[in-house]
Amino acid sequence: MLFFLPIDFVDQMLLKFFSADTVNHVVWPFIQVVLVISLVTGWVAAANYLERKVSAFMQARLGPMRVGPWGILQPIADGIKLLTKEDFIPDKADRWIFFIAPYIAVAAAFIVFVVVPFGPDWAVIADLNIGLLFVLAVSSVGVLALILAGWSSNSKYSLLGALRSSAQMISYEVAMGLSLIGALMFARTLSLSSIVNAQSGDSIWFLLYQPLGFLIFLVSGIAENNRAPFDLPEAESELVAGFHTEYSGFRWSLFFMAEYAAMVVVSAVAVTVYLGGWYFPFVYRLTEAKGYHNLYVIVSLLVFLVKLSGILYLYFWLRWTLPRFRYDQLMDIGWKWLIPASLINVGTSAISIFVVQALDGWRGMKTIESLSGGLNLTGTGKGVMIVLGLAGLGVTGLLLGRINWRSRDFNLKSQRRNIRLVNIPQGKPAVPAVASEG
Amino acid sequence: MHQVEIATTQETLLDTPEMVLNMGPQHPSTHGVLRIILKLDGETVIDLDCDVGYLHRGMEKIAENRMYTMIAPYWDRLDYIAAVSNGLVWVETVEQMMGLVVPPRAHYLRTILTELNRIASHLLWLATHALDIGAVTVLLWAFREREEILKIFERQFGARLTCHAWRVGGMPNDAYDDFEADVRRFVSNFPKRLDEYETVLSENRIWLSRTVGIGVISGEDAVAIGLSGPALRGSGVAWDVRKSRPYAAYADMDFDIPLGENGDTYDRYLVRLEEMRQSRRIIDQAMDKLPDGPVNAKLPKIVKPPVGDYYHSIEGPKGEIGCYLVSDGSAQPWRVRVRPPSFINLQALKQMCVGHLVADVVAIIGTLDIVLGEIDR
Repeated sequence: MLFFLPIDFVDQMLLKFFSADTVNHVVWPFIQVVLVISLVTGWVAAANYLERKVSAFMQARLGPMRVGPWGILQPIADGIKLLTKEDFIPDKADRWIFFIAPYIAVAAAFIVFVVVPFGPDWAVIADLNIGLLFVLAVSSVGVLALILAGWSSNSKYSLLGALRSSAQMISYEVAMGLSLIGALMFARTLSLSSIVNAQSGDSIWFLLYQPLGFLIFLVSGIAENNRAPFDLPEAESELVAGFHTEYSGFRWSLFFMAEYAAMVVVSAVAVTVYLGGWYFPFVYRLTEAKGYHNLYVIVSLLVFLVKLSGILYLYFWLRWTLPRFRYDQLMDIGWKWLIPASLINVGTSAISIFVVQALDGWRGMKTIESLSGGLNLTGTGKGVMIVLGLAGLGVTGLLLGRINWRSRDFNLKSQRRNIRLVNIPQGKPAVPAVASEG
Repeated sequence: MHQVEIATTQETLLDTPEMVLNMGPQHPSTHGVLRIILKLDGETVIDLDCDVGYLHRGMEKIAENRMYTMIAPYWDRLDYIAAVSNGLVWVETVEQMMGLVVPPRAHYLRTILTELNRIASHLLWLATHALDIGAVTVLLWAFREREEILKIFERQFGARLTCHAWRVGGMPNDAYDDFEADVRRFVSNFPKRLDEYETVLSENRIWLSRTVGIGVISGEDAVAIGLSGPALRGSGVAWDVRKSRPYAAYADMDFDIPLGENGDTYDRYLVRLEEMRQSRRIIDQAMDKLPDGPVNAKLPKIVKPPVGDYYHSIEGPKGEIGCYLVSDGSAQPWRVRVRPPSFINLQALKQMCVGHLVADVVAIIGTLDIVLGEIDR
């Protein structure tokens, strides 16, 4: 409800009770944190419901239908169920670590939201100047929770799951971090809000400049979240439930929440860096320019959430369509494809920026608008950049294809054989021939 | 049998201890209550041992204390996925010992219904196999089609899973009124649905990388172990009881046997998909040729096969399911022995798995298509 109150009015009210410093640095951030946590928790519940519905429609069934109309209260029912379940701790488990692991997972996933710009102005809690670095650093703490959970459970399945997840998350983090560098070269800042501003100021999505970077980021993001087809740490058919095999009730639900929150984090970063964040054409002109500041923030927030939902839908879509990779194949993709591709991407991005700068002024071409606060390109410059981005995608594909040409997994289609149909002669019937009798 | 030999030391660069992992009997992808004791080096399987018997009910012993007609329902509980096929091998064995001539309409109906059961069983295999490899959606798609078949079974036999489909000498009753319409509708819709599965899986890169070259077994090894059914044909050995020793009305049917080449999981997958297409072809033909007439032979009051022994086998969905029956001339069999295809196919597990990863073990269990009801009996 707070969204629709005049913010200035609330500010005045608060100033009556607290000093200006307290209001600015304690009270408002606190309100923001509470809002963001409830927003994200609500999103987790909604995403859980939506995932079940989306998967149901893909699988020709209805999904939850019993609790409330169309089963929309199902997440609440699930929550009550999980909270009332027995919080079981295995006999030989390392109790202290077993207790603490789920909290680390949730904390790591939620702390990241501090820097995520849900919208302009007050819709971001803290605009750190090292925002992106902060995201990468904190989200990689999540792997610690998985290792601790797997280790402390004192179960072989949990341990295997934890080992898999640590290997997986660490290798994919490399590709994830490297893939962002390309976009950073355009934005020239690590602050997430400034990255959005760089895109809105230039009226472009970095997705267009960085198609390869976006692809790498998305794939490694999905792998980083342990979602299908990279859900090896919790591969149900092999490792029962992976690192959280021994968890139940509330602690299990914390892992569950952490997984979904981490999904929202990766989607939020993807939206911020590649899809323009909360920026949408005409919103500024129709709201802020006419003096409706809070409306501007709220509409931008909604734009952000819509984009976020798009990426989350992609998550669901992939999960319910694709089979699961095997552990070694996963490592192959990480080390043989994604990391080289992201390195190449850094190179091609640098070259394309250099080319666009060199083209400025060549035969009267004008590619660069200004260089203050990011790279502002003219229409021609943008065109050149998009073409170069696509070319980089093609070059990388060709290069990696050439390198991996001889690997077993690359030429699978040529390895497969078609079955043949034979009509073997009939032997003596076991049963007297039917036709002659009939 | 339960002990894994620890003596074999694997020489690795860094001397790592092996881990013994107990997989099952409560594991999501051991298809029931199979227990596998895996010896792992990292995630690579270096040895494994199967521990079976958690579902042992003593079927063969029970059969010695029952009348011949009373044993039939027990056979449904062997391979409960393919109750109709199992039931057939029992009644045909008894009929042949007694020299009963079953009316042709019964033979044709048996052919149609066992082929439907083969499709249902293969669909369940596809569903669980895909689920084991992580493709969840195929599970529910396959169950959708299986549901159609089960509805036909329900209307025909009164039960969906353990049908008690046949009686010695024929069938309990004739086909129900809409039987032909139902089967025709299923047969005409089914190929489209099969194509859907192929779209999701056959060309899917992940599916290919998970199945091509996994669990390879050569034709000679397959014969030596005694594999049968799609597991054998996937290795390129042309053997199908429906062809080599036709029973029911298969002698009149025109169908092909799909054979694989590499003997890997992918080939067995293709073989089973093609078998479903061929089953559909057989059902189509049998529906065209379905004769009129009675569905039951005249039976004596008490079924008493003459003294002697007899072996009869049919091509079940999992492989050659056989029945060895020894009669002492009384109303109860002296000895009954089942040739369980799943049990014998399971023997190939170790040879297929060693050297692969844990993830492949579940894929290989899936491709062997085992049912624990039949393994443990």
